[in-house]
Amino acid sequence: MSVIQVNNVSKHFGSLKAVDGLSFEVQEGQVFGFLGQNGSGKSTTIRMLLSLIHPTSGSIEIFGHSIQDNRNKVLEEIGAIIERPDLYPYLSAKEHLTLFAKLRSKKITPSSIEDTLKKVGLLDRAKDKVQTFSLGMKQRLGIGIALLHNPSLIILDEPTNGLDPQGISDIRNLIQHLAKEEGKTILVSSHILSEIEQMASHILILHKGKKIADGPIQSLLDPNKMIVHLTTTNDDQAMQLILAGSFSNYLLKRAEGIYLSIPHFEIPLLNQFLVNAGVGLINVESRNSLEDYFLQVTSNTQ
Amino acid sequence: MKSIIAFELYKIFRRPRTYIAFGAIAALIVVIQFGLKIDGESYASFLMKDINDTLTVDGKVLNGYLICYILLQLLLVHVPLLVALIAADMISGEANLGTLRLLFSTPFTRTEWVLGKFIAASIYTIVLLIWLAFLALFVSMWVFGTDDLFLMKSNYVVLIQEKDVLWRYVGAFVFASFSLLTVTALGFLMSSMANNSIGPIVGTMSAIVFFTILSTLNIPLFSMIKPYLFTTHMNNWKEFFDIKVNDGNEAIAGSILNIAKIKNSLFVLSAHIILFVSLAVYITKKKDILS
Repeated sequence: MSVIQVNNVSKHFGSLKAVDGLSFEVQEGQVFGFLGQNGSGKSTTIRMLLSLIHPTSGSIEIFGHSIQDNRNKVLEEIGAIIERPDLYPYLSAKEHLTLFAKLRSKKITPSSIEDTLKKVGLLDRAKDKVQTFSLGMKQRLGIGIALLHNPSLIILDEPTNGLDPQGISDIRNLIQHLAKEEGKTILVSSHILSEIEQMASHILILHKGKKIADGPIQSLLDPNKMIVHLTTTNDDQAMQLILAGSFSNYLLKRAEGIYLSIPHFEIPLLNQFLVNAGVGLINVESRNSLEDYFLQVTSNTQ
Repeated sequence: MKSIIAFELYKIFRRPRTYIAFGAIAALIVVIQFGLKIDGESYASFLMKDINDTLTVDGKVLNGYLICYILLQLLLVHVPLLVALIAADMISGEANLGTLRLLFSTPFTRTEWVLGKFIAASIYTIVLLIWLAFLALFVSMWVFGTDDLFLMKSNYVVLIQEKDVLWRYVGAFVFASFSLLTVTALGFLMSSMANNSIGPIVGTMSAIVFFTILSTLNIPLFSMIKPYLFTTHMNNWKEFFDIKVNDGNEAIAGSILNIAKIKNSLFVLSAHIILFVSLAVYITKKKDILS
């Protein structure tokens, strides 16, 4: 079942096309990674999903209902944090959860509030004012507010922002628990690509407001096509040789270093080609992570 | 809607800034009451010096009712500025803090949020007015006692019997609540147009000062628009203290000289409240939440 269906959505701010003809679907139970560089349109899209920004054109359906026409019904089933965890500095963690609980039609008991505080690791700071919290603690409280009413769809925009390594690991475990044990559908954006790689089953990459990749993470990271970083005895000469020959098709545009996306069986041929031209190959480093894939697709569309 | 109002009231009364207005009003009233208690007789003599030759007033001129009238004349000009501190921050403050997106992604429409916030700000305004009434009227009655209310207008004097005064103050405070709610609505409108608090607070104060000057200027060009300006009507609570007289020039207890003026002012103020809040709803509904 499709939980989110985005159909040809665009958002223009004057002449700037923040999002341009974007379409995608998120299925029930998926952890959907939403990737893109700063300014790629991720947050604008997430804000449109939450009806904070009105699309210039296109339509968005969540749980089969148009967000424009059935906003309140749809938002009842969504928990979200958007970018920074902005909260009321003069209220405590418990006051935040108690107040936001009253804005939901579902009955949220004081014990559910305690459970949520425990889940996000803030039980011992429940009565402290938010102004005394670190960024990571605010982020965890923001996630607590998003989870409080037990929503079916959770939208997390940069949820690991400001968290220490332990905090990042806790949030990753929480997201995996919510998806696997509780069957929640989760859309998560992050600039930490290794995090998304560990959490998400599907990803979408946005670049300058347009979708440039979308699909199951395993099919996008093609094991037959390796991303390699070359270290040679003369990088400038090696680059000239690659650019002039048939290997130029595999070259990835990067500011520094020589990177190629190349079938693994062609690596010995490349080695032979460079050695024959008088350039020694010192190291071939295979890199087939989401980060490399991300850099590959975004650099190719510069 | 009830949940939004409760949510907003909780936030308003948990915020330290809220109590600045209560503190400022208390400080001003106590200082004036203290001054009049210590040196009130010379102040009363100064007031009466022009009419002492033609009129003899028995009883206690400087009583709680007169003190309250003096306080209201002084304070009801400045209280709108204190109201603006909260009202003009209601939407823009949330935008500045970044919490507006948290609120607008809850299952309530933006219209519900704006109206809920306006009602909460209005409750704050009325509580502030009740605080003002308590200190200015009831504390003054307790400290200075009560007697007939003797008022000197620009070219006549009004003497209202003691038993005929209290209900007029109730009327004056109800009227003042409309004046202050107009300021609340104006602050709210300004707040809907900005993403920080300073602009709307300064904007509301500037608008009040600007329109007050227009209302008081006796230039024929502005006379045409004066009846439609909210500032022209904000001080008409004083009409409750002008009474009718009979053929023998004796005051008629329980009467108001120009009740039509009060009704007209209430109508103009109410129209402004509806206009300002409707515009705030429209602007907030159209707005993209980018902050």
